[in-house]
Amino acid sequence: MATVPDITVPLRLLDLPRNLPARVAEVDWALLSPPEARRLRELGLDEGVEVALTRGPGMLGGPVACRIGRMTVALRRHVAGAIRVEQGG
Amino acid sequence: MNHTPLVAVAGNPNAGKSALFNALTGARQKVGNYPGVTVERHAGRMTLADGRPIELVDLPGAYSLDPSSLDEKVTRDVLLGNQAGERRPDAILIVVDAANLDNHLRFALQLIALGLPVVIALNMVDLAERDGLTLDPAVIERELGVPVVATVAVRRRGLEDLRARIGEAASRAAEAPGAHQVEHDIVALQRRARQIATAATLSETATRRWTHRIDSVVLHPVAGMAIFTALMLVMFQAVFTWSTIPADAIEAGIGALGDIVGGALPDGLIRSAIVDGVIAGVGSVVVFLPQILILFTFILILEATGYMVRAAFLMDRLMASVGLSGRAFIPLLSSFACAVPGIMATRTISDEKERLATILIAPLMTCSARLPVYTVIIAAFIPNTAILPGLGLQGLVMFGLYVAGIIGALIAALVLRRTVAKGASSGFMMEMPKYQWPRLGDVLLGLWQRAMIFLKRAGTIILVTTIILWALLTFPRAPEGQSQIEQSIAGRIGAGIEVLVAPIGFNRDISLALLPAMAAREVAVSSIATVYAIDDSESGAGETALRDNLRTRWSLPTALAFLMWFVFAPQCISTIAITRRETNGWKWPAFMVGYLFALAYIAAGITYWSAVAIGL
Ligand SMILES: Nc1nc2c(ncn2[C@@H]2O[C@H](COP(=O)(O)OP(=O)(O)OP(=O)(O)O)[C@@H](O)[C@H]2O)c(=O)[nH]1
Ligand SMILES: [Mg+2]
Repeated sequence: MATVPDITVPLRLLDLPRNLPARVAEVDWALLSPPEARRLRELGLDEGVEVALTRGPGMLGGPVACRIGRMTVALRRHVAGAIRVEQGG
Repeated sequence: MNHTPLVAVAGNPNAGKSALFNALTGARQKVGNYPGVTVERHAGRMTLADGRPIELVDLPGAYSLDPSSLDEKVTRDVLLGNQAGERRPDAILIVVDAANLDNHLRFALQLIALGLPVVIALNMVDLAERDGLTLDPAVIERELGVPVVATVAVRRRGLEDLRARIGEAASRAAEAPGAHQVEHDIVALQRRARQIATAATLSETATRRWTHRIDSVVLHPVAGMAIFTALMLVMFQAVFTWSTIPADAIEAGIGALGDIVGGALPDGLIRSAIVDGVIAGVGSVVVFLPQILILFTFILILEATGYMVRAAFLMDRLMASVGLSGRAFIPLLSSFACAVPGIMATRTISDEKERLATILIAPLMTCSARLPVYTVIIAAFIPNTAILPGLGLQGLVMFGLYVAGIIGALIAALVLRRTVAKGASSGFMMEMPKYQWPRLGDVLLGLWQRAMIFLKRAGTIILVTTIILWALLTFPRAPEGQSQIEQSIAGRIGAGIEVLVAPIGFNRDISLALLPAMAAREVAVSSIATVYAIDDSESGAGETALRDNLRTRWSLPTALAFLMWFVFAPQCISTIAITRRETNGWKWPAFMVGYLFALAYIAAGITYWSAVAIGL
């Protein structure tokens, strides 16, 4: 597929094109509050896990929907901004 | 053995624990396709093949043993034996979603480490198959060293095997070490879970595209919002139009009953009590059964499909602007049915202050008990002109009243979150369930339960309040030629209330209805029906008589003010009682009642004065 952009440098999950599978490279846990960080881990987010953005935040900055493994999860924008992804999946 | 073995049902949210619990015990716990349906422990009894009983306890879903909200705390406390007054379970039935194995196995690993005998129900294998996933339960069994049974709770598949395994686990309980150790390293558990899930996956095709297609439309900021609004509009319009035929039939039945009983009994107090009190009063409420069931059909379908969390997603932006989150939207949407379960569902909100604010605004969401009040007034005063094909003025006004409640709730939240319930937002992070078709049987069962609750209300609280009101309206007897209502005890109390509410346009009839309507909102309708039945014994019992009386006796501004009053007023003892229970004291229910009555008074007043000013 020619239209698939090349992600060579880690990109924020927030900026990932929709429905393009990627892998979590790193998470900036410092940007998250401790309860947020824990819940995010409990939802299965971890380095190496396959993710994709299903629905971006929209113009008003609403939440984003993303896939973590086989699960779809709603996150606030700043959380999706703390997740860096790289090509893969 | 001197006690029945106790087995806890635990696992991630939405794994199908309650569905499995119901299938095993024959209970009818609420099941729904979104996380956070169960918020309390519920016990039930199942019987093994050899006749031995087992006590099962259904628990709220949790992601780990580190609770982040009150419902998850119940789960941890029960499992660790810390719940006051409860013994520790002898074994655990861990329910995992086969289509979401790597996540659900993580909590399973943490539960296994507690050292109690466990059985794993590998549930929803049908959905895993639909997802193109083939799993080998034997691999999971080998890796975890505990029995694993593949099940489909909603089709009762795998139950016999599961029952036998539960029996074995319960008998192993005596030998279990009982010492518990909580493993807190989520990341390590998660990695192990992923390994097992990968090993157990025999084949896998890419996740279905259509779920994502639906989501990309339904979650779209513009298209998704349009769909949500359209759904709500259709719901309110349906409540009006679809109910006409069954409601007319019930009304005809009640009218006929009134005539038969009225004809059979000699004129006197007994006849008045039965015809004017019981039949006119309670009958005027029972007519609304079809409407309430239509509303519930919509809510049950929204809950069963998985749309509920999508709606929460769409509303998160708006909710965030008033200091709440999409999470709080789910209890609020449930409050359209009734504020009592809505307030209980706030237990899933992790932040205490956010939860408090949600409890305090839940009564502003128009509950089904308000439908009779709204409908009677709308039917009497609003012409049913068509606005758009399929949308009439009456449905639109009804929608407007719901919107008024919602806007009131948002403004109240905004103020509360800056004053008494001040605090930072706990954010919004939520799992979105897989879409499912609603199961007809589940919807019918839900409707049946709802119908029974409603009829029981009509037969108890509404009946009793109406009879008391009838008695207070009938005694003492007025001298010949004077108004019975004015001379009665209720009439005198009503006259006292009227002094307070006359400025906002309320008349004698409304004043008489306000106090009994504290028992339940529908009583406002039955009270007014009883007042007219006593006042005007010529007219029959029934909706039409009530409507005609309203048209001739009330002005339009009064009717509109009355509607606005009911948008805000906390006329419901059950809501006050559950608020007391959920906030552990009288402080917050007292606050809630105070601010809502103040709002109701102001809103009704403004409506009345403006309507009079523009000459309505
Ligand atoms: N297809 C399918 N659906 C199931 C199965 N088991 C449960 N469900 C559905 O899954 C949804 C969740 O079921 P519940 O029993 O409410 O889940 P729970 O684990 O009790 O959820 P919480 O109480 O929120 O933690 C409901 O819509 C059920 O109808 C199953 O085996 N197959
Ligand atoms: Mg449940």
